[in-house]
Amino acid sequence: MERTWCKSLPAADVLLRGGRVVDPASGLDGVTDVLIAKGKVAGVGDGLEGGRSTRVVDASGMLVLPGFVDLHTHFRTPGREDEEDLATASAAAAAGGYVAAFGMANTDPVSDSAPLLRGLAELAKAEAVVPLGFWAAVTCGLAGDQLTEMGELGAAGAVGFSDDGKSLPTSALTRRALQYVKVSGRFIGIHAQDDSLFKGGQMHEGPVSARLGLTGIPSLCESLDVSRSLDLCAYEDSRLHVHHVSTEASLQAIARAKEAGVQVTTEVTPHHLTLNDEAVASLDPNLKMNPPLRAESDRQALVAALGSGLIDCVATDHAPHASEEKDVPFEEAPFGCIGLETAFSVLYAGLVQPGALDLSTLVTRMSTAPAGIAGLTPPAVAAGAVADLCVIDPSATWTVTPQTLQSRSFNSPWLGQELTARVRLTIAAGRVAWDDLA
Amino acid sequence: MPKRDLISMEDLSRADVELILDTAESFLPVLERDIKKVPTLRGRTIINLFWESSTRTSSSFDLAAKRLSADTLGLKASGSAVEKGETLKDTAITLSAYAPDIIVMRHPSAGACQTLSANTEASVINAGDGKHQHPTQCLLDLFSMRQNLGRDLTGLKVFIIGDILHSRVARSDIMGFQMLGMDVTLVAPPTLMPRGIAEAMGVTVEYDLSNLKDADVIYLLRIQKERIKAGANYLPSLREYSRLWGISQARLRPGQRVMHPGPINRGVEIASDIADDDENLIAHQVFSGLAVRMAILYRTIVGFSDGAATEEVL
Repeated sequence: MERTWCKSLPAADVLLRGGRVVDPASGLDGVTDVLIAKGKVAGVGDGLEGGRSTRVVDASGMLVLPGFVDLHTHFRTPGREDEEDLATASAAAAAGGYVAAFGMANTDPVSDSAPLLRGLAELAKAEAVVPLGFWAAVTCGLAGDQLTEMGELGAAGAVGFSDDGKSLPTSALTRRALQYVKVSGRFIGIHAQDDSLFKGGQMHEGPVSARLGLTGIPSLCESLDVSRSLDLCAYEDSRLHVHHVSTEASLQAIARAKEAGVQVTTEVTPHHLTLNDEAVASLDPNLKMNPPLRAESDRQALVAALGSGLIDCVATDHAPHASEEKDVPFEEAPFGCIGLETAFSVLYAGLVQPGALDLSTLVTRMSTAPAGIAGLTPPAVAAGAVADLCVIDPSATWTVTPQTLQSRSFNSPWLGQELTARVRLTIAAGRVAWDDLA
Repeated sequence: MPKRDLISMEDLSRADVELILDTAESFLPVLERDIKKVPTLRGRTIINLFWESSTRTSSSFDLAAKRLSADTLGLKASGSAVEKGETLKDTAITLSAYAPDIIVMRHPSAGACQTLSANTEASVINAGDGKHQHPTQCLLDLFSMRQNLGRDLTGLKVFIIGDILHSRVARSDIMGFQMLGMDVTLVAPPTLMPRGIAEAMGVTVEYDLSNLKDADVIYLLRIQKERIKAGANYLPSLREYSRLWGISQARLRPGQRVMHPGPINRGVEIASDIADDDENLIAHQVFSGLAVRMAILYRTIVGFSDGAATEEVL
């Protein structure tokens, strides 16, 4: 895929026999065989036979899906390799069925120059088992002041520009960024947040924060910035991507903008789709994230919007933190949780099995839709395509522990819990990146 | 017996609360003797960790443990390894090496008791964590109410007035007062009332004192001076707070009883004519603190079953 890099592994020769193949792009949903030869899908159909060296996998009872694409990951490299590096992040991605993932620019140093971005691409070519791509910062050092050299960064492969983790502090800066990003042919991603309303916030503001005595982060904190940024985007006829949308009010603003023809896309995380602020009552620091887990009414609105396509895609906001940073009182803990390895499991059990979302829609939102936003060739289980797919046992159970996770960090909201659906095989860019078939 | 923590009033059933209050009552004669000490918890170890300043809570926990003959160890943030950057987890592991039975902790952050409890075999008693909970204050408030207003508190109307937003006392008291059948009304400036609290906790929310006559008990909260710092904008001035929400004799009708967790701000939330009046329960609350904390330490160690009667150990 373009704009992504990984190391060169042997091309896969695999015959997946008798799995349930769900390929929304071609409309296929049925039990059949998939033959992968030399890293490409050689055929999809009944009774396929491989060559002598082809590995034959009994995929009966399993799902064969186009691989997932994550637009929002924190690789923590450079700077915090103790929390994650490109090898462990890509291994986690592979274990979650992802065939591409994009890292945010809030590293140390910040990814705000073309040489640094090229260096990350070289590192991915040496270490990553699935293709990785990179966002670049909107402002130098994420300082919210001077725009980065977006032309050069775009040419170096930046998927888009985002100061994720921080808001763009003024309307004037947001406007300039939306104007200038056009030189790169890419787009601006925003972490929507009114900093003055956010100040000191610990969790969603509402009855639960009132009962717990934690400083609230009002829904308005997000939706005001979403509305403002959408108005600016419309005015400048630019392109905007809204990160980790979490509130019903933001969705209403995005719906109005989409109806008016504004070029806007948006993403939602698995945790905002499956958990609400009631969970925070445990004061488990792994449930502290920004944006915070919202009210149940927000969660239901997010699920509905993912189904309708108002929300374009799922993104994990995979945010590794060292155990010494998270194993502290809730109010002192940093925001963020990991998500690459649990995304499909929690969405399958939380939304698909109860009937809130159909499997084909979930696959679209996790795979082809985010690929389209990134400008990648959409993964497809179709003859002729590069093999970018995953095989999932939907009835297998597994427990989230530091030992079962590939990520170097284990700050998961589901730590210690048993989840349903396990990724057994991931083939990314034609290479076997994760193999848990045993 | 699995260890039992007291982090939130939600950790207690109504029966537990009543047992603690009964136990506290049974300790009262001890506190009137010349030798105010019983051997009940001899050989037990109780550690008091106060990561935030405290006068009455820390002193009453310390004295309560000593009255029960437990060995006590008191630590403060200043002068301890906390100043050297030790995490709470490591402090917990370190202190657990002494095999304490109970660790009492006050901490500026909500969630600190959970962190502590996860890293020690000792029972954790919350002596105030951020704006979250202060359950032992609630229990001593209930004890003062029961001693002064009658054993059955059902139907009593309590007005809690002041900075509800930042008050751990308010959150524990609301739960405890309701548990014993009282009716709770909150009064605060709109800036200091948590959004959604009526729905969350089943209380009546008011922004002025027009219905104060309905109250049987008026529970005042301290107004911190930092609420009027420039830029905070919770309150324009203490003077205006006093005029709109401060309580003086002129605002009371006969029979209304005033409570306050202390320390009081004379002339702000409470006028001197009330602070100096014998009818208020403020001094009794301090008195209750000792007996109730003895009862909490005792019950935490010997258990909450009725079989573990106190008479035999007195």
